[in-house]
Amino acid sequence: MLLFILRRLGVMVATMVCLTFVVFYLVNLEPNLKKLALEQNNNRMTEEAVESWLLKEGYRRPILSRYAEWIGNAATGDFGQSTRFRKPVAEVLAPRIGYTGTLMFWVMITMVPTALIIGVLAGMREGSKTDRSLSVVAIASTATPEYVSGILFTVLFASWLGVLKGVSKAGGIDFNNFALPVMTMAIYGTGYIARMTRASMAEVMTAQYIRTARLKGLSFRAQVLRHALRNALIAPFTVIMLQFPWLLTGVVIVEKLFNYKGFGWTLVEAADNNDIDLLLSCSLVSVVVVLLTQLISDIGYAYLNPRIRVN
Amino acid sequence: MEYIGFFEIWGTVISQFWPVWLSLAVILSVSYHFRHSLSLYGRLFGSTIGMVGLVIVLFWILTAIFADWVAVFDPLEQFAMLKRKPPGAIDAETGKALLFGADNLGRDLFSRMVHGSRFVLIIAPAATMFAFIVGITIGLPAGYYGGKIDSIMSFLANLVLAFPVILLFYLLVTPGIRETPIPMAMAGFFFIFPILFFGVLFYSRYATRPGLLAIQLVCVLLVGGWLYSGLVFNADPLGIIALEPNELNIFASVVFVNSPTVFRIVRGITMDIKTRDYVAAAQTRGENAWYIMLWEILPNARGPLIVDACLRIGYTTILLGTLGFFGLGLAPESPDWGSMINQTRAFIRIVPTIALPPTLALAIFVLGLNLLADGLREQSLKD
Repeated sequence: MLLFILRRLGVMVATMVCLTFVVFYLVNLEPNLKKLALEQNNNRMTEEAVESWLLKEGYRRPILSRYAEWIGNAATGDFGQSTRFRKPVAEVLAPRIGYTGTLMFWVMITMVPTALIIGVLAGMREGSKTDRSLSVVAIASTATPEYVSGILFTVLFASWLGVLKGVSKAGGIDFNNFALPVMTMAIYGTGYIARMTRASMAEVMTAQYIRTARLKGLSFRAQVLRHALRNALIAPFTVIMLQFPWLLTGVVIVEKLFNYKGFGWTLVEAADNNDIDLLLSCSLVSVVVVLLTQLISDIGYAYLNPRIRVN
Repeated sequence: MEYIGFFEIWGTVISQFWPVWLSLAVILSVSYHFRHSLSLYGRLFGSTIGMVGLVIVLFWILTAIFADWVAVFDPLEQFAMLKRKPPGAIDAETGKALLFGADNLGRDLFSRMVHGSRFVLIIAPAATMFAFIVGITIGLPAGYYGGKIDSIMSFLANLVLAFPVILLFYLLVTPGIRETPIPMAMAGFFFIFPILFFGVLFYSRYATRPGLLAIQLVCVLLVGGWLYSGLVFNADPLGIIALEPNELNIFASVVFVNSPTVFRIVRGITMDIKTRDYVAAAQTRGENAWYIMLWEILPNARGPLIVDACLRIGYTTILLGTLGFFGLGLAPESPDWGSMINQTRAFIRIVPTIALPPTLALAIFVLGLNLLADGLREQSLKD
């Protein structure tokens, strides 16, 4: 098990280096650097002035050595200076990640139990009326991306019913503030997890040990709760963990839609304003989050399912 | 300002779609008549969910085809007097109503929604097809041979999959990147795959019949070379294929994001199918490895692949909408659904209906594709 984790960690570090290098390269492309030079000084700079500024600031050194320097600095906690917020990147990013963390916590807490309940109810009697109607609900929810449900909810709750606000302030933890963004994000993810849970549950219900449980006269309730449920939840666990890369897109959309000034909002600001250091750190954070969740899902899967530990 | 009523709006909307209803009726009745000889497509008529999905998808395909007849106004025409008017406002000059109201620049939302289907219905299926060809060409050998090829390819695929999609788009679909050779290099790399794929496909089967093979290879090279020059270098000698520089960007990025997932699916199915008896029989006959992959394994993997293609077109539609929503890449006046949502969403507090047409259009189209995929899955499992 330790060797397994170490090997996964090795692959993870290699992936991280590759990905951050790609981001570093793309962010430091010639047009972006020129734009940065013009923004930092004045817009009427000559070609030579741009060139000499870039040279002076060290942007003309070989990209590999600059990348090594950036990663070395990042490892010691120095992420550079944000040009958009005129503050050190760490100071800008840390509270924003906290705000997004709070949002994600509420999304997970509503989305995961709902999805698991829908999936288990649909999967325990495959082909029944409940199964069919819940499956259609799940399909409909996967067809509703955040920018669709967000707008529909805003129109419905904020404009017509007038019960909720169409914007969310970062930091304020209350129902009025969080209901719309959490609902919007949870809807899109629920369907996917529910369908995975349903498939896994339906498969488990046809397994031999469930038949044994049924033949020895256990009630349907006991079959489902005591025998099927635990085995059926292994596959959805991986799926839930692997949702993170894609939840990130959701975060960016929802935060922009409701003007919630968290991590996703910062990423959009950084990208729109050509804020190189901030954008690099945002990418680093998102890549690390994605890879960590993959690692946790691998280890968790091996832990939950002893059969794969052999290999 | 004069308005027409609620029922009149919907009556006009339904009658505007007459070419769509007509062709829908023709297509469905013809398919229903011949359903027994249409294999999987014909069996779709046995599933309610699949039928609903098929009707929705056909509706949007036909809307895209007949967009010029269905739309009331030009999607780019601006009516200065009608800015942000609610549904049913009548344009004084022509006497025709703006069925779903007007956007912030006074453009007819109904006509824009109808024309917006074109962008999605061209880019999404085309990008999905390219992603499938790339994924199949790499996934088949990875699954068939395993070992080193598999490890390297899987590592690369996981690399792309670990990349947050939104970040990738923010880095790749920018105006700045058009000044660099990156989009052209990406497109050049991805679009070589169809030529390779069809070349190997025919070569592996007809290598013993040089006459037939030569004709096929010449056709592949001619058609492939024509598409390649049009798509990558934007230098189509016939002038039919013309891409805006940023459309190439979007197209290549969408293929790039989708192909690793297709790769993983194809690899998984190949690993499963290569243990079957008919593959062993072909190996014993001494068939070439590419023949086994392309003519024995691939046709038997078509069921799950067709289902995934449906889902993937929907997913790509959502991605394209996301791009429009962030205002990335497309021209500001472009009537695609994502950009429409982006431009109108600031005004939903003033006119609640202003963002609904593109939003609902996108959601219904994706829902149709998902239902169709579910119906196909259900029917293909019945074998």
